[in-house]
Amino acid sequence: MDYSQFLAMKQEICLLVVFLLVFLNDIFMPKRVQAKIGVITCVLFGVYTLLCFFPQLMPDDAESAFSGMYETSPAIIAIKNILNVGVFIVLIQSLRWSSTDAQVIRRGEFYELLLLTLFGMYLMISARHFLLFIIGLETASLPLAAMVAFDKNRYESREAAVKYILTAVFSSAIFLMGISYVYALTGTLYFDQIADVFNYYGTDAILLSIALAFVIAGMGFKLSLVPFHLWTADVYQGAPTPVTSYLSVISKGSAAFAFLVILWQAFGTVYSQAWEWMLYALIILTITVGNLFAIRQHNLKRFLAFSSVSQAGYIMLGIVSGEAMGLAALMYYVLVYIFSNLAAFGVVGAIENATGKVSRDDYNGLYHTNPRLAFTMMLAMFSLAGIPPFAGFFSKFFIFTSAISAGSVALYVLVFIALINTIISLYYYLLVVKAMFIKPVDDNTVPLMQSSCSERVALWICVAGIIGLGIVSPVYDWLLQICGC
Amino acid sequence: MEPLFPILILAIPLFMFLFLGLLGKYMSHKWAGILGTAGMGVTLILAYCTAFTYFFSGSPEFIDGTQRLQYVAFNVDWLQLYDQLVIRIGFLLDPISAMMLVVITTISFMVHLYSNGYMRDHHGVWEKGFQRFYAFLSLFSFSMLGLVVATNIFQMYIFWELVGASSYLLIGFYYTKPSAVSASKKAFIVTRFADLGFLIGILILSYYTGTFNFTDLTSVGVEGMTDVFKVDLSTAESIKDLKFTASAAPMFMGASVLTWALVLIFMGGMGKSAMMPLHIWLPDAMEGPTPVSALIHAATMVVAGVFLVARLFPLYLMEPTSLTIVTVVGAITAFYAAMVACVQVDIKRVLAFSTISQIAFMMVSLGVASPDFHEGLGYMASMFHLFTHAMFKALLFLGAGALIHAIGSNDYTDMHGLRKYMPVTHITFLIGCLAIAGIIPFSGFFSKDEILSSCLGNSTITYLWMSMVAGLTAFYMFRLYYLIFWWKEHKVHEGHHAPHDQPWTMTLPLVILAAVSCVAGFIPFGDFVTWNGEAYDFMAHFDWNVATVSLCIAVLGIGLATIMYRKENPWPQRMRQLLPGLWRWCYHRFYFDELYMFITHKIIFGCVSRPIAWFDRHIIDGTMDGMAYVTNKAAYAIRGLQSGKVQLYVWVYLIGALLLGVITAVCLI
Repeated sequence: MDYSQFLAMKQEICLLVVFLLVFLNDIFMPKRVQAKIGVITCVLFGVYTLLCFFPQLMPDDAESAFSGMYETSPAIIAIKNILNVGVFIVLIQSLRWSSTDAQVIRRGEFYELLLLTLFGMYLMISARHFLLFIIGLETASLPLAAMVAFDKNRYESREAAVKYILTAVFSSAIFLMGISYVYALTGTLYFDQIADVFNYYGTDAILLSIALAFVIAGMGFKLSLVPFHLWTADVYQGAPTPVTSYLSVISKGSAAFAFLVILWQAFGTVYSQAWEWMLYALIILTITVGNLFAIRQHNLKRFLAFSSVSQAGYIMLGIVSGEAMGLAALMYYVLVYIFSNLAAFGVVGAIENATGKVSRDDYNGLYHTNPRLAFTMMLAMFSLAGIPPFAGFFSKFFIFTSAISAGSVALYVLVFIALINTIISLYYYLLVVKAMFIKPVDDNTVPLMQSSCSERVALWICVAGIIGLGIVSPVYDWLLQICGC
Repeated sequence: MEPLFPILILAIPLFMFLFLGLLGKYMSHKWAGILGTAGMGVTLILAYCTAFTYFFSGSPEFIDGTQRLQYVAFNVDWLQLYDQLVIRIGFLLDPISAMMLVVITTISFMVHLYSNGYMRDHHGVWEKGFQRFYAFLSLFSFSMLGLVVATNIFQMYIFWELVGASSYLLIGFYYTKPSAVSASKKAFIVTRFADLGFLIGILILSYYTGTFNFTDLTSVGVEGMTDVFKVDLSTAESIKDLKFTASAAPMFMGASVLTWALVLIFMGGMGKSAMMPLHIWLPDAMEGPTPVSALIHAATMVVAGVFLVARLFPLYLMEPTSLTIVTVVGAITAFYAAMVACVQVDIKRVLAFSTISQIAFMMVSLGVASPDFHEGLGYMASMFHLFTHAMFKALLFLGAGALIHAIGSNDYTDMHGLRKYMPVTHITFLIGCLAIAGIIPFSGFFSKDEILSSCLGNSTITYLWMSMVAGLTAFYMFRLYYLIFWWKEHKVHEGHHAPHDQPWTMTLPLVILAAVSCVAGFIPFGDFVTWNGEAYDFMAHFDWNVATVSLCIAVLGIGLATIMYRKENPWPQRMRQLLPGLWRWCYHRFYFDELYMFITHKIIFGCVSRPIAWFDRHIIDGTMDGMAYVTNKAAYAIRGLQSGKVQLYVWVYLIGALLLGVITAVCLI
């Protein structure tokens, strides 16, 4: 075996190094240093994130390793970088929560599990073989159940973890079932070979559609597409807020990228035959049902859960339009979504940490008690709803453009439905803004409170991202260029 | 020539605007006035130097033999639309812009000076917002200067709108007075409406020519432009050529696109220059402070339309139809405004309608100008009249301001017999009246005579028509003069002191402008401003027959006015009863405002806006409400799915996956 192949996995190796340092610190360092584990993780991970942006680390071209099971390319590195940015913000956001009395004894595990799941996601994105992919998927899924259960003294947290693990196991089973059908049809698990087989020999359409339905259903769990999303609300609500934001942003983003890769690289040749309409149906269902549920929520974490279900539908629009342009739009969308959603979760988390309030009614008149938090939340809502000039508008715009670029009537209809749904989503996002700015202060209103330094830093980063990405257009051009458009 | 002066000419007023606008309220009224006036004074000196250099230095960049050239002092790229089409901001110096620099800075400086006295009451108390007033004056001067020196039509449009905006601010200066507020709105809306045509015209023109630059648009000359419009595909080298080719002789509704563009651009000019039927804003604009009326609504802004046509004159020459339209609109407006001016009571209204009428003279003059007749005499006459009119009309307005300031009312019924009380105002006002009536040797005589000569060159009908209007002009101006200064003894109300001349800041501008009005007619204008820059002998085109006739007509008008209005007598009343219908129509300005109200309220609001509003309220809002209703209901209906039971979740999951596969499979079979 050629060990130089490992050099293709620079990011994975670096991430493992960060993980090991955190792990060793947690076990062997003196108590005084151990107490700083959150900050240490943030710093180490921040340095690593920055390092990854250096162009020297980027390969000029696609590289593959381990007889084609693993692949890396500038686009993939950029994807991982985007995820890193998100994880970095989540880490900062979790600092205050992880040093509460209930968490302080086991917070090391939180950071270690988080880094490990990220490692699993890296594998999912880079895998070009279903076995490696499954390994990544499981690495990314199972520790999350532990993280969801992190508030183990809280009943909801435990319940959420059980729901999560049950659904996860179920979805893995379905997914594996689908893969085994694919194996039966093609005799291989390499993405490119599967594509070749379909291309040259054709296939049995019925078996293939069943197989694909299972594969898509399996991935639909991670992305929380309707109707595979039912776990989302309960888990998001029950899990600790940093875990929720991690689930809603990083886990979902990575799954979206992996999904795009699988669908196009392995099944791209049977797109129009088999999964084109499945995708359309899922997108419409996801966006619409997500919106419908979001309207009725009063608990903000639940509300954000359904909003993120609906957002997943928009993310899927990027998958429709194919590899290069769709990938660029998808990357941009996820990047913006990271900033916007993390800003929203940051505000919710900060308020929950300080006062324990998560209901929308508690936010009435928030502007008068906590103007800056209210303002940040407003930016996040505007960006999620897609109001110009904030980043969310452009990400929606690009993803719609990329979807339409294929030019079929069905796509126009699809985008039209998505547009109608943005109007509906505007309604419930603005409900939050209305509560904060227009409704008067009442007894339940969150009182003037002090958010911690780390929370503020994380929010500042998010605000900068929401406004900055809206104004700095070269980012999208850069992504397009990386994706080879 | 260094671009420093041109830059400063624009920069100083802009700076004064920002300075007075931002910091004005922290300084005393007196100093704000002094600084504003001083800033304008410096601009005046710079503009005079620039114009002097342009006309008299003989430098080869300005003049080639006898041919005056267009000189671009600077031209900065501002917005690049594509390789060929670039919007620039620059400074173009040519005969008309140099002349306009002189006119604008002179009048503006006079008004700045005058306002120091006008904008406070008899006890010396300054008007509220005095600093703001000076800031706006500076803004206006800046915009007007930018307009006339624009190197391209887009820059002109930008400053055109700025002029409109600053005019809006100044008309509505007394913003607590409802009539002033509605007048400012009216002025803004009407001129904005006209500017819509202007903008479309610009877009058409730049689309087909691929350029915004005046130099490119006009300097190629009539033959050159005609060639360009018929350019062949095989010779097309640049995008500019291709544009023309793609639309060789393009037509729209029976007229060429060039005609359309020019007529639409003229529509913008009609709005700013208050040509019928877009004149309705100007009389109301008199609600602004009188110095503003003198600056904006007599001398500078209202001639912007004339300037615009003059600027694009070579293009207008290519399309005789458009020039005919200019002539007809001008002729009708001139007569109409003169008729209305004969019966108004408010002295500023009389002057406003007289302005409309005089500007229409300029328009007619441009419309009848042709290179075949006396080397484009009409063009020169129009610019000449613009120049002289600016001086004497500013004089009349400032004089009216002095009267209003002294009496405290706008109506001549409160004045009468003021000649003994305000001698300086009286004499200068008389000079203004003589000038506008066209009595030799005052300036108006020469410029009006040139206009009538060029009308004669066009057609006898135009000549007779305009001569009649000239007679009317003399009549209504002297009617005004006699009613203010004669008619009967002035009655000083008990407890009021007698009216008297105003402080020097107000009388000095009057005297200066009166002096200019006496001598400006002797300027050999043909040496400076001609349509193609080629100087020619002024006197060679002077037609003594026309001059004699027009002088007779003027004297006739003045004589009639003298008979009717010198002493109090019942004749005016009898005349009025003799022709009650005509009088009423004139007094109500031929019911134009009512017509507009009818069109906007009854037709546009009633037939267009209301149905659209209904559609918006019921159909569009209804759709949205319906969507919201359905959404809410649907959300309520599917809530059962989210039961919290994980068993159900997994069931849904499984069924979803199976359905997905089975339906697809069924569809494939």
